[in-house]
This record gives sequence, structure tokens and C-alpha cells, in this order.
Amino acid sequence: MMPENKGLSIFKRIQFLFLFIFFVLFSSQNALANAHETSHDSASVSNTEHHGAAAGHHEEEAFNPGKMILDHVKDAHDWHIMDVNGHAVSVPLPVIIYDNGLHMFLSSKFEHGHATVESKGNFYKLHEGHIYKTEADGQIHLDAKGVASNVQPLDLSITKNVFALIFGATLLALLLINVGNTYKKRGSGAPKGFQNLIEIGVLFVKDEVIKPSVGKHYARFVPLLLTIFFFIFINNLMGLIPIFPFGANLTGNIAVTMVLAIVVFIVVNFSGNKHYWKHIFMPDVPVALWILLIPIEILGVVLKPFVLMLRLFANITAGHIIILGFFSLIFIFGQKNIVAGYGSAVFSVAFTLFMSVLELLVAFLQAYVFTLLASLYIGSATEEHHHAEEHH
Amino acid sequence: MELVLPGLGLTFWMVLVFGILVFLLKKFAWKPILTALSERENSIEVALKSAEQAREQMSKLQSDNELLYKQAREERDQILKEAREMKDSIISEAKKSAEEEGKRMIQKASDEINKQKASAIAELKGQVASLSVNIAEKLINNQLSNSEEQQAIIAKQVNNLNNNQQAIA
Repeated sequence: MMPENKGLSIFKRIQFLFLFIFFVLFSSQNALANAHETSHDSASVSNTEHHGAAAGHHEEEAFNPGKMILDHVKDAHDWHIMDVNGHAVSVPLPVIIYDNGLHMFLSSKFEHGHATVESKGNFYKLHEGHIYKTEADGQIHLDAKGVASNVQPLDLSITKNVFALIFGATLLALLLINVGNTYKKRGSGAPKGFQNLIEIGVLFVKDEVIKPSVGKHYARFVPLLLTIFFFIFINNLMGLIPIFPFGANLTGNIAVTMVLAIVVFIVVNFSGNKHYWKHIFMPDVPVALWILLIPIEILGVVLKPFVLMLRLFANITAGHIIILGFFSLIFIFGQKNIVAGYGSAVFSVAFTLFMSVLELLVAFLQAYVFTLLASLYIGSATEEHHHAEEHH
Repeated sequence: MELVLPGLGLTFWMVLVFGILVFLLKKFAWKPILTALSERENSIEVALKSAEQAREQMSKLQSDNELLYKQAREERDQILKEAREMKDSIISEAKKSAEEEGKRMIQKASDEINKQKASAIAELKGQVASLSVNIAEKLINNQLSNSEEQQAIIAKQVNNLNNNQQAIA
């Protein structure tokens, strides 16, 4: 590789490093703030809950946009659709707990955290979206920071996101296998109907993204990268449709993006050739600089997929938060003055519409960027350096 | 903070579902799609190449045709020229031979005429002679009395006859 390129790549790595540090600082600050907020929230919620239970009826809580948005963006054990007269209307989802044996029941049994569920002699309670193991009285013990100290069992429930994941994956598999069968039937003839749409995507990703980025040995990685692209794209789109069974913030969930990033990490490092590893552990710089450069290179290996994970997560979550924020404005104003609420609704709807269209673009863009960067990383790991031969 | 902490359950399901999805799509979707696409790419390339070849062949054929046409035209001209020449030569030859034949026939005719004339004269001479002999006989029979005078007359007559014959010949 040319020396300028090398300089550029080091510069890029340093840039990544700064971004990383910036993000960690930023997110930890935010997280601290959030932790404070949620602890306050949890305290107040448990208070109102107790009061509510004592009074025997539901009090209408003051609208809390932060909590509402986070509840929508986060994973949940049931699929909340709407509230009617203070009662949540939601689709119950199966709860699967592994706690000395499998415990399975529907999440409706929790009654949104009000009821303690008994299963095979164990007692569980839903608190702040998590399942805790309790005694028969269903008591959640809060420590000084307001964090529950009860044991959390291994929770493999079909949560909202798991449901969306299975739903999306099934839809994608049916769609693409169907198209695959069409190809089998029609051979290499002209595409027809739905085949056209998929073909545009496949050809775009294969010829414009994977081929130029990965280089000579691209064919091996095409199925995985195509799957990643279509998985992200379809789930991004489904996340934009607000009604059950769509609208889950799946690609904006860190667990999902983490698994995708780990897949990329594994593929990159397992397909890395000797030049890739030499570049990391024996860079072409004076030996004295190795002590500086090798840690940076190793950090870069981890950072690349880490950044993939964060970018997708942050973009999609941010999109959901912005749209929810616009809707929250209606209720914030509405609580102050009903006319202001209706008035702001006009602007909120307009802005939400605008954001939704923008999110359509983002849905494609993020799938594209993720695939492109994964391809570039794979390409840099499998690239053959010709300058090595020149030394002979 | 919870937002940036991956949940264990979802991670588990994601690994499972995504793994199955990659496997299924690789086997049942991407393989037929990519195979068909590369096949199509190949067939398009082959078709383009063969079209190019056909075009080249066409242009070659066309130039060949033109050449052939030109050659044919030249040949035609040549043939026409030869035919014309042949016609001319035949006509002139025929003229010549006809002239010769005419001449020959005229010659032959005149020869024949001469021959006929000669034979006619000879015949005439013979007849005249026999006629003369007959006359002479008659005369002789009738007037043999004055023989002297008669003989002189005969001699005179015969002499005249000879002179006449010489004049004719």
C-alpha cells in the first residue's frame, strides 16, 4: 500500500479512537443522568402503585414523556398497543424463564407488574420491565439507589423484540426463498413481478457494495452480507410501521446490533490473511513505534465492529425517539391547555411525517452503511499486499 | 443505561434466529438467485459477443457480396464484349464466305454455261453437218448428172461451213 494510504488509515484509526472516547464519555454521562431519573421514576411509580392498590382504582398518572419514550424504545414482555381509561391494552407474549427448569407462561399473568406469578413453586414479579424472583408475597427489595436487589432468573422470554425478530426473519425468509424458487423455476430468464424488486437490491448490494469493497475473493461473503443487508433493511422498515406486529425498535436494540457486529468481527478475523495479521502485530514502522502502534491496531480490530454496533443502534433508536418526542409534544401541550394540544398536533403530525420519510431514507442508508463497512473490513482483511513481494 | 446494555434473552434469540436465517437464505435463496444472476450475466455476455461476431460476419459478407457483384459485372461486361466481337467476326466471316461462295457459284455457272454453249455448238455443228449431208445427199441424188458443177458447189458449201464453225469457235 502507498505510504499516504497508511498515514490515512492511521489517521482514521485515531479518529475512531476519539469518537469512541467521546461516545463513552457522552453515553456514561447520559446514563448517569438516566439512572438518576429512572431511580426517581421507580420510586414514584412504586409509591403510586402502592397508593393505587390501596385505593383500589387506577389514578391517571401525569404524562412523563421520557418514560413513555424509553418504554417504547426498550424491549418489553408484552406488546403495548394503547391505553383505554388507564388500562393498558396489550398483546401478551410468552414468558420463558430458565430457573432450575423451564417456566413458561403468558406475560398477561404479570398484569403489567401488579401481580406475582407462581410457577412450579417459584414466584416471579415484573418490575421495571425485568422479571425478578420473589417470595410468595411478591416483595421487590429496593436498595439505596432504588435498584431492585432480587435475583433475576435467566430470562429467555419471547419479548416484543424477540417476537419482532422472529416475525421479521420469517417474513424475510419466506419472501426470499419464494423469490429463490422463482429463480429456480425461471432459470436465468428475465425477472418477473416481485423478483424485480429483490433483484434490484441483490444486484445493488452485490455489484455496488460488496464487489468493489471486498475485492477479488468477494463471492464467499456475498450470502452473509446480503443477509445482513436485507435483515437490517426489512427490520428498519418494519420498525417504522407503528402498529402491531410492527413498530418494535429491533435494529435499534443494542443486543441485536451487537450480534450483527460480532458476526462481522468473527468473519473479518477468521478470514484475515497473513498480511492482515502482520499489519497488526508487525506494522511497517520502526520497532520503537510498535509499542504505540500495536495497541492502536488491536483496538482498531475491536473498534471497527464496535462502531458498526453503535452506529446502527444509535441511528435507529434516535429515529424512534425523535418521532415519539414529536408525539409527546402533543400531550405535553395538551396537559397544559387542550387547545394548545390540538394546535401542536398539527405541527407534530407534520414533523412526524417528515421524520418518517427521513427515516425511510435512514432505514436504507443504515443497512447500506453497515453492509458497506462490513465489506470494507472484510476487504481489508483479505486484501493481498503486493509490496511484500517487491522485497524479494 | 439499560438502553445500551444488551439483554441476554434477546442476544440468545438473535444468535439463534440470525444463524438459522443465514443458513436458510444461503441454501434456499441466495444460491438459486446468485446462480441465476451469474448465469444470466454469462448468457448476456455470450449473446453480446455472438451479436458482435454476427455483425462482423455480416459486414464481411456484405463486402464479399460487393466484390462478387463487381466481379459478376465485370464478367458480364467481358462476356458481352466477347459476344459482340464474336458476332462481328461471325458476320464478317459469313459475309466473306458468302461472297466467296457467290463468286465460286458464279464462276461455276459461267463455266457450266460455257460448257453447255460449247456442247450446244458442237451439237449444232453435228446437226448442221448431218443436215448439210442430208441436203447434200438430196442434192446429190437429184443433180448428180452434172457432177462437175455439183461437186464444186458442195466443196464451196463445206468450206463455208468450216469457216463458219471456226468463226463460232
